[in-house]
Amino acid sequence: MSELNKLTISDARDGLRKGDFTARDLTDACLAAAAGSEKLNAFSAHTPDRAVEMADAADARLKAGDAPDMCGIPLGIKDLFSTEGVQTQAASRILDGFRPPYESTVTSQLWRDGAVMLGKLNMDEFAMGSSNETSTYGPAVNPWKRKGDDAALTPGGSSGGSAAAVAGDLCLAATGTDTGGSIRQPAAFTGIVGVKPTYGRCSRWGIVAFASSLDQAGPMTKTVRDSAIMLKSMVGHDAKDSTSANLPVPDFEAALTGDIRGKTIGIPKEYRMDGMPQEIEDLWSRGAEMLKDAGAKLVDVSLPHTKYALPAYYVIAPAEASSNLARYDGVKYGHRAKLAPGDGITEMYEKTRAEGFGDEVKRRVMIGAYVLSSGFYDAYYLRAQKVRTLIRQDFEKVFADGVDSILTPATPSAAFGIGEMADADPIKMYLNDVFTVTVNLAGLPGVSVPAGLDADGLPLGLQLIGRPWEEGDMLNTAYALETAIGFSSKPEKWW
Amino acid sequence: MTELAYTEPKPKTIAGAKSDWELVIGMEVHAQVSSNSKLFSGASTAFGAEPNTNVSLVDAAMPGMLPVINDFCVEQAVRTGLGIKAGINLYSRFDRKNYFYPDLPQGYQISQLYHPIVGEGEVLVDMEPGIARKVRIERIHLEQDAGKSVHDMDPEMSFVDLNRTGVALMEIVSRPDIRGPEEAAEYVRKLRQILRYLGTCDGNMQEGSLRADVNVSVCAPGAYEKYRETGDFGHLGTRCEIKNMNSMRFIQQAIDFEARRQIAILEDGGSVDQETRLYDPNKGETRSMRSKEEAHDYRYFPCPDLLPLQLEQAWVDAIRDGLPELPDEKKARLVTDYGITEYDASVLCARRAHADFYEEVASGRDGKQAANWVINELFGRLNKQGLEIEETPVSAAQLGTIIDLIGKGDISGKIAKDLFEIVWSEGGDPAEIVEARGMKQVTDTGAIDAAVAQVIADNPDKAEQAREKPSMAGWFVGQVMKATGGKANPKAVNEAVRRKLGL
Repeated sequence: MSELNKLTISDARDGLRKGDFTARDLTDACLAAAAGSEKLNAFSAHTPDRAVEMADAADARLKAGDAPDMCGIPLGIKDLFSTEGVQTQAASRILDGFRPPYESTVTSQLWRDGAVMLGKLNMDEFAMGSSNETSTYGPAVNPWKRKGDDAALTPGGSSGGSAAAVAGDLCLAATGTDTGGSIRQPAAFTGIVGVKPTYGRCSRWGIVAFASSLDQAGPMTKTVRDSAIMLKSMVGHDAKDSTSANLPVPDFEAALTGDIRGKTIGIPKEYRMDGMPQEIEDLWSRGAEMLKDAGAKLVDVSLPHTKYALPAYYVIAPAEASSNLARYDGVKYGHRAKLAPGDGITEMYEKTRAEGFGDEVKRRVMIGAYVLSSGFYDAYYLRAQKVRTLIRQDFEKVFADGVDSILTPATPSAAFGIGEMADADPIKMYLNDVFTVTVNLAGLPGVSVPAGLDADGLPLGLQLIGRPWEEGDMLNTAYALETAIGFSSKPEKWW
Repeated sequence: MTELAYTEPKPKTIAGAKSDWELVIGMEVHAQVSSNSKLFSGASTAFGAEPNTNVSLVDAAMPGMLPVINDFCVEQAVRTGLGIKAGINLYSRFDRKNYFYPDLPQGYQISQLYHPIVGEGEVLVDMEPGIARKVRIERIHLEQDAGKSVHDMDPEMSFVDLNRTGVALMEIVSRPDIRGPEEAAEYVRKLRQILRYLGTCDGNMQEGSLRADVNVSVCAPGAYEKYRETGDFGHLGTRCEIKNMNSMRFIQQAIDFEARRQIAILEDGGSVDQETRLYDPNKGETRSMRSKEEAHDYRYFPCPDLLPLQLEQAWVDAIRDGLPELPDEKKARLVTDYGITEYDASVLCARRAHADFYEEVASGRDGKQAANWVINELFGRLNKQGLEIEETPVSAAQLGTIIDLIGKGDISGKIAKDLFEIVWSEGGDPAEIVEARGMKQVTDTGAIDAAVAQVIADNPDKAEQAREKPSMAGWFVGQVMKATGGKANPKAVNEAVRRKLGL
């Protein structure tokens, strides 16, 4: 059996249950693919011994007939998730060598269901970035290239390693986290599916915090069905996270009927931006038509405060980050700067944080401290929170009017080149999040579905935004879209 | 509820070189919530554990760890609020107070700046019987304690103990209604008494369970009254905050020093800088810790890891229904029900266990007599031995029996004290001891008459003198008591002596 690593979760599940191959076979295929993937720089740590051990345990469960859907499925785990005894450093130097003595709730649920850990995946430092270029491990590289151009492209970010690993078939699926688009944007850049669940669906316990009121874990997979399967294992109430919702875990896969007749899909006019490439606009229209052909009703909707979302996000997220990252001080764990004779605690803080954090993290910590400081709090933080309320109300109104899902482009462009934005104004990089941040600010579920290739042969994605707690319905619409589009392109292996 | 009438004390006045000055004091008391585990983690709050043993992953601020509110701490804060007659805010919220310090692993303290759990209340500070100050409480909020930095274990390094990190504190903020050092100490004492009655804080100042930040300013006589009329702080002087006081004595000393320091500055034509100061008990002075300009910008904002606290009115009402009788009510009731003085009632109400013991003794007996015995004999003796009421060798029932024996005339007051000593050291039923050891008073007039006659016969000179000078009769009474081993009824002896001497 060759190229088992290219399987989807659902096919692998069925094959494992039928006994076509073992979890060990599957894991070995992925380990081999991962081992030969240095050029993608998707992994920050490989855990082959653990993978084999977990695969064997999964085979025992399969044999005993006690195998949940995720049993034996090899996964990559974003470096933001704490994994017990395994290097976890949020792609930051400041957590150099940190091995947590605990396992995040989300990953422990995946292991509970028999999934196999291949290793940890590259990302932007503390999930701050849209290109994986802020990682202390160096950038992950997109498996896709422009037609006739050898330039290395970014897989997007912050879950860039996860996207590259899934698109490059180094694993069957990966975990990601999404604070402003960090699952959906890289999914769109690499032609895979990425789901950001409703805020509170997945426990945040054990996930290194970036912006607590926005962070949410989610699956990054090859198909919508795979996301539905994996999401079920990741979600659920956790008493250790006060913001975790105490709701039953739905069978998301069972919701994938493909029947969206009678559903109402909103097309928000504010997402038609100046300077947006024509091919993205065309893609969006095509997607809408396909949903209509499948029996859904299209309505034009208005989300009038959309244009304030990005500025509000870049106040709130850095504000929370500046506080969340205060614990990295060199006192307890991770990196501590070498001190000169006579240096005191202040020098220890300053040198440790100066050495430990990269420029983008420092920039956001400073922005965050500034917007929270006395005299500026009302003008920035409080105002941004008011904007956030208005954005949430925009969505509430649209949903109250009977809209089931909202269709938008996932990103304003296809993947760009590594280093291309190096000298650009940081705001240009922030614009990557323009279609995705509103979802985080409103706490809604969103999914990015691969929808086609641009003229350069690079994948583009469409985003569906669902009602709160209606991931099942949202994924069913995504499934209908995926089926209609029939996206089947794969990057050519060059690495 | 009965309330005792009182008048307000005069504010403390300090005579400056040029004029008189009054003191204005507000306090922020940090009371450690009595609870088994911390405010946001399951780690133990036990005092005196080995360093860094009562530390959870949350307390150590490991990456990805999240706080979860301890419901019991919330209940304790609500109970405290109800105990000071305060409004309970059914909606409250936690904020982060950001600053860097090694004993603050998160880099922020979770506190309640914008929406505290308890609103306005009051504490009646008793100065002496009939004189008390009503101090308004502005708010109580819940917050995390910090850990402890240790700088004296190594010449090069500092160490951190996180055992206390995350323990729940109630910050009880008063209005500037305290008018002198003694009032400040009494305020803390009264607050501690209420907290102990409620069981919400053990009040142990040595262990740091109760600490106070004291805001001190001075003003000209009359200015404070203007502030109270208008609510305008402009009438008051600039205040300095003296941080982290954990002794009543130091609180008084620090306030006195600080007031005099401010007066000296003002009379020199200077102005007081608003700043944070520390009290050095060795030198008896306060010194600047940081000025207003150096003050931290704490960058408060709502903690995104926690949902707002939403309390049910019925839940609050149930806590209210379960409140114990508090010191003010209890004192008033003891005065009314047992006819004792307010002073005695205050002494008896110092601790709930004291008052309970007293009531057990006084039940069905003379309240004043019971108060005398409990306060003078029992408390006196307990103090001498350094014992708490819970450790008393003489039970309320035993003490009650002793009092009953006096009432029945079986023993005199003096014998009763001997009996008390026997019960204290040997235990046993006081009535049986009196019987067994022949301690009963002799009331048989025949025996007394014989003893009197004997003493008169033995001392003819003194008998002669006594007939001239009746006050000498006392000497005869004493001799007879001595001869009867103190068991004779003194009243009967007195009568017999007077009769026999023909007085």
